[in-house]
Amino acid sequence: MVVLQTLLLSVHAQQVRLATLDQLEQRFAAGRDTTYIVNFWATWCGPCVQELPHFERFGKTLQHTPVKVLLVSLDAQSKLQNEVMPFVQKAQLKNEVLLLNETDQQQYIDRISPQWSGSIPATLFINKRKQLRRLEEKEFTYDQLLAVYNSLK
Amino acid sequence: MRNLLLLVLLLPGLCSRAQEKGYAVGAVVTDFKLKNVDNNTVSLASYPNARGYIVIFGCNSCPVSRGYENRMVALQEKFSGKGFPVIMINPNDPEVASSESFADMQQHARKSSLNFPYLEDPGQVVTRRFGALRTPHVFVLQKTPKGIVVAYIGAIDNDPDNGNAQKINYVQNAVNSLLAGQQPEVTFTKAVGCGVKSKG
Repeated sequence: MVVLQTLLLSVHAQQVRLATLDQLEQRFAAGRDTTYIVNFWATWCGPCVQELPHFERFGKTLQHTPVKVLLVSLDAQSKLQNEVMPFVQKAQLKNEVLLLNETDQQQYIDRISPQWSGSIPATLFINKRKQLRRLEEKEFTYDQLLAVYNSLK
Repeated sequence: MRNLLLLVLLLPGLCSRAQEKGYAVGAVVTDFKLKNVDNNTVSLASYPNARGYIVIFGCNSCPVSRGYENRMVALQEKFSGKGFPVIMINPNDPEVASSESFADMQQHARKSSLNFPYLEDPGQVVTRRFGALRTPHVFVLQKTPKGIVVAYIGAIDNDPDNGNAQKINYVQNAVNSLLAGQQPEVTFTKAVGCGVKSKG
């Protein structure tokens, strides 16, 4: 029975894939969406977990517009199966979740944005058409998220 | 009109915490006077024999900060006798983060057997002055003829999970350089940590 439940759950819940920064950048470059909103979070980060529902609501509300929300976990890779996946299943996250496949924080923080100190939650806004890229090192409410999105549109 | 639009676009960026300026490496530090968990006040001047300081912004609730506490205790054991005591300051506003009250700090210091002062920062005045943005966030300070100067800003090491074979102990290396009369090779690092919880 437990096995069956697990099976059923895993059929409906998304798989969390690993992504290097290069893979993420390719995703932005090749994707059909104009705006990418990339939220950096971790299961251990309370404020991050608290703001996830706002990103979920945002993603659902704007699903027919050229904007894509990506939730990029900075949890350790060793936590993927035992912590990140169960969390994503339980929270029933619909936005695509990736786990950052990078280990050198001295490199990847600056590559994501030189403006970023490394604290989370942090959210990267990319508008391809305008070639805009902005990192916000703060927690978002739904309205704030919408406001930044509209200001970049 | 165009300028106005530009201003509107820029404003949210200006308000974000990452933009707040704090001390840079080389800056002269103003002394502070903050209450320790033992109810005594602590300032940099409380250590007349210090050659410098390891000031760490850390807190009760952040798993990254807590994961580093054993290494903070080890830094104090290793370097306080050599003139570089550890001083931890809680940068979080307890009105924003419920588990960061002074009583919680006292309990946390006892439970974690912290061997260094753990100070509250009412109004986050010292936090803003330093420009601490996350926990843990370290500032290594050096006493010089022109005052107390920032020598290193960043992470304790490059190994939050404490299992990296290629560990680089940034703070330890910086303090050892200063003790040897040299400037640290690495003076600034970044690290993933918990954002400081403050109003606005």
